[in-house]
Formats: sequence, C-alpha cells, structure tokens
Amino acid sequence: MDFSRDMALIKPELWLTGLAIIVLLLELIIKKKEVIAFLGIIAIAVTAFIVLNVAPGLAFKEMYISDGYSMFFKFIFFISSILTILLSMRYLRNENVHYGEYYSLLLFSVLGMSFMASSNDLILLYLGTELMALSIYVLTGFKRYDARSNEAALKYFLLGAFSSALLLYGISYIYLLTGTTNLREIAERLISESSEPVLMIALLFLASAFAFKIAAVPFHMWSPDVYEGAPTPITAFMSVGPKAAGFAVIGRVFIIALGSIAVDWKTVLMVLSVLTMIVGNVLAISQTNIKRMLAYSSIAHSGYALLGIIAGTPEGIRSTMLYLFIYAFMNIGAFAIVTILGREGELISDYEGLGKIEPLWAAIMLIFMFSLTGIPPTAGFVGKFYLFMSVINAGYTGLAILAVIMSAVSAYFYLRVVMLMYMKEPSRTISVSPNLPEALAVTITTGLVLLMGVSPYYFIEFAKVSMSL
Amino acid sequence: MQYIFFAYLSVAIIGLSIFIITRKNPVHSVLGMLFMFIHVGALYLFLNAEFLAAVQVIVYAGAILVLFLFAIMILNIKEELQTELFIGSWVMAIPVVMGLLIMLFLGLRAVKAGYTGLHNIDYIKTMTHTKAFGKELFANYLLPFEVISVILLVAIVGAIVLAKRRLR
Repeated sequence: MDFSRDMALIKPELWLTGLAIIVLLLELIIKKKEVIAFLGIIAIAVTAFIVLNVAPGLAFKEMYISDGYSMFFKFIFFISSILTILLSMRYLRNENVHYGEYYSLLLFSVLGMSFMASSNDLILLYLGTELMALSIYVLTGFKRYDARSNEAALKYFLLGAFSSALLLYGISYIYLLTGTTNLREIAERLISESSEPVLMIALLFLASAFAFKIAAVPFHMWSPDVYEGAPTPITAFMSVGPKAAGFAVIGRVFIIALGSIAVDWKTVLMVLSVLTMIVGNVLAISQTNIKRMLAYSSIAHSGYALLGIIAGTPEGIRSTMLYLFIYAFMNIGAFAIVTILGREGELISDYEGLGKIEPLWAAIMLIFMFSLTGIPPTAGFVGKFYLFMSVINAGYTGLAILAVIMSAVSAYFYLRVVMLMYMKEPSRTISVSPNLPEALAVTITTGLVLLMGVSPYYFIEFAKVSMSL
Repeated sequence: MQYIFFAYLSVAIIGLSIFIITRKNPVHSVLGMLFMFIHVGALYLFLNAEFLAAVQVIVYAGAILVLFLFAIMILNIKEELQTELFIGSWVMAIPVVMGLLIMLFLGLRAVKAGYTGLHNIDYIKTMTHTKAFGKELFANYLLPFEVISVILLVAIVGAIVLAKRRLR
C-alpha cells in the first residue's frame, strides 16, 4: 500500500518525534539531568542511523522528499545538536536552569529543521520553520531570571513572527499565481508567468523571510542581541543549525520552484550577499563582547555561503553545502571555548594572556580563529576555496574578489583574539576546568576542523555523492 | 437582494473595524471585535462556505476573544495606556500603506481561475463543504496536519518551561 511506503520514507522524523516525546516524559522520572542529555544524544544518533538507511523518494502526495540533499543537511543538524547537548550540561548547571525540557525542545527543533530540509511543499516548509523557530524561541529565553535572555527571546519571537508573516505572504502570492504549493508543480506553472509583477512581490517576500532566518543584512538586526542574550550553547546551535536549515530551503525553493526567474532571484541574493559580507565583517571589528563578535562573524559567513547559491551550478550548491558543514564544526568549536570559559570569557579583553595561563585552550581557540578567517591548513580555508572557485567558474568574478577582500577584513577581528591571547600579559588568573562532555565536543570539533583542512577529499566526495542522489 | 446583503456586511465590517481601533476602553474594542467576527462569518456563509463560517465563529468569536478578555481581566486595564507613537510621521506611513494596497490589488488581479481540479462547484455541492474539506485534510494534507500537532505540543511545553518554578 501507498501509505506504508510513505511511512517508511518519513521514518527518521517519526523516530525523532517518538524519542523526543519519550525524553520529555522520562524527565519526570529521572532526576539526574545528565542522563536526559545522554538520552537526547542517543535519540539523535538513532535518527541519524535511520536517515542513512532511508531510500530516496517522495512521500505524502509529493509533500515530503527524501534525497541526498536533505540527508546532507540533516547530518549538519544532527551534528550541531549533539555538540550543543555536549556543551550544555555544565553550562545549564552553572546557570541554575538545568531542566530536562531543554533537551526535548532541542530535539523538536531538530525535527522542525529536518522537515524543512525534506519539504517539497511550501506548507510543510512553513510548518517545519515554525516548529524549529518555536522551540528555539523558548530555548533562547531559557535563562528565565536573566533579563538579557528574556529580552533576546522576546525580540527573537517578535521578529520571528514578523518573518513568518512575510513567508506566508510570499507563499500566498505564489499560490495565487499557480494554484499549488508543490515546488515542482510551481516550477512547471511559472514558466508561462515569469513576467507577472506579482511574482516579483512574492520573490521579495520569500527572500526577506529566508534572509531573516539566515541573518542576512538588512534582516540581521535581531541576531547580535539574540546571540548575546541566549544561553551560549544555544547561541552556538542557532548560528549553525537553523542557519543551515534556512540555506536548505533557499536552495530548494529558489533553484527548483523559482528556476524560471533565476535572473531575478540571483540579483536579489547578490544584493543580500554583498551587503551581508560588508556589514557583517565591518561591524564585527568594533565589538567588545565575544558573543556579539561571533554573531557578526556568523552574519558575514551567511554572506559567503549565499555565494554558492548565487552561482546556481551544482558545483556552487555543493560548495555551499560543504561550507555549511565545515562552518558547523568551526563555529560550534569557537563557541565551545566561550562556553567553557563561561562568565570569565564574555569580553574579548578576557582573552588577554590566555596563551600563558592556559596554553592548550588558547591553542585550540587559535585553530578555530584561523579556520574562521580561512587560513590553511584548517577546514575554513578549504570551504572558502571551493566556494570562491565555484563562484568564479559561474562567472561572478567580482563577487569572488569582494568575498576575498572581506575575508581579509575579517582577519582583523579574528586574529585580534589570537593577538590578545599570545602577545598580552595575563591580567588575572582563570581556571579552565571543562567536564568530560565539553572536552569531547572540543576534541571532535578541533579534530574535524584539522582533518578537513588537511585531507578534504572525503568530505568533498560526501557532498558530491549527496548532490547526485 | 444579495447586493443589499453584501453592502450591509461590508459597511458593517469596515465600520466595526474603525470602531475597534478608536475606542479608549479595551473592553469596548473587544466587544466590537466580537461583532466584527460574526459579520465576517456571515460573509463566509454568504459565499456558501459554511464550514469556514462555523470555524470563524467558533475559533475567533469563541476562543480568541475569550483569550483577549482574559488578558484584559488579568491585567486589569481600565483605560489604554497613552504612549508616544512608535512611528509619528504620516509622510512615511501613507506611502507604505498605499504600497501595501497596490500589492493587494495586483495580487487580486493575478488570480488564475483556470486551474480546476477535483473540487469544482458540483463536487462540493454533492459532497458538502465539510466532508470535502475533511477528506482533503486527512488524505492529502495528513503530514502537515500531524506536524501542527507537534508544533502545538512544543508551544505547550515551552509555555510551561518559561513559567516553571525556580530551581533551588
């Protein structure tokens, strides 16, 4: 029967839903929250294993699609959520907000993101976005007695609701023109409609809504405040998972559904990307708080990642995917160090002389800063190299030049942290004592950032295979 | 006859909307809203969309208005707060509103009536609205429907988490 085939295709999501609910219920019985965190990791690992064994195909009246593209993005979500859980335990304990619901909300947001990556229909895409966003609003405000966390959650919620409205507006205009919400049918029916002015309006609405999700300029206003106020592990998660999910839907909607007006959306995305790279990098220079600095840096990285989608070629999409994969490790890695230092590592000036007091942690931070700048032999270099190559091959040399110049600008604020760590005398003593999960997270991220930097071949092949499925 | 009915409904909806946003007393606004929702429901009924009309009355006039009244009751607002306008300038507001209106009209112009599938008027007439809608919702839109249930679960869990008692 058709229905059982459909169920087989959405098996990863079914399992994740079930396990998230089980984790939510076990929270009642199990008092030791670390066990809940461990169960959360197991839930994601089980889901990841199931994703590997799902055949590609369409399900539920072509609403849900399972293919290599969605699988690749799902792996980014799984990895970033596992790393986030590893980083969360001690942080939440220290902040005295160690509730078990944290982990199930995280699982639900991963569920929302996997629906986003797998949606072949605008309705499912919207609902996935809401599921993801709703969970993250709550997680942002998880430090309930911290005014900054409250402010961040409220701000994110209001602006997020605004962007959802924009998304729905765009979807309704597309529906108006085509009478369908299915991405492939939209593509077929739009071929004859490409000069309709309403289509431009729809495109602008969709682009603004997605730009909000990936924090592209001029829809980036929320991100520094939200990143600063949210619990640090959630900031790490937000800057990677939802952002990758945003790119997943941008890729699918623009390249598949709006393929007939590629010239128009490429212009829109180009403007967004140029503004994002310039504003993100320039504003990051003047920041004093490290979370704000990383927030602006994450804005700038959205600008780079957009380049591959602008190129529009399979090579471009692939390099955006690879870049987001690499970015997940290096950004969560940098946030891991910030999390481990905790309250003693909020300001950039707190890193003065870290190289003398804690040589190991300073060295690891150095690797992540190098990687974010894009200096070999780290993964960041490989990612940027393939991204810029694909843009040049697609004929947008000017964009690539701008991106390289902006990378040079970014070296100022990344390497300033390195400079402070190694060339300044320590002004105070810091004791860094990570627990086992945190150490594990740092080991994984550092290891992979170096491994991908030295031998990127397997990861490039992984992205290639995902695209060709 | 139908023109008179439509004219009454549209004038009443517009009048009530203006009434809602100009009241100082929030309870009056909410009561105005109740009447407006019922009129909108009547408009749906007028378009032969009886299911939508029922949903309109039950969800909006019933559930959402009660929520509004609860909020007013809990906050004990007698008179609306007098604050500075967020955006004071008419120079900005008028072009934005005009732009939105133009967009709306462009959208209405672009509606394509050509795509007819299973759900033509005869089909709806024999099936009735509610049955056709239900069939569509639980067959073709089953997955989104189930995802909504997870969204609601997250909303409930989130609300409880944010209002929970502090850990000692």
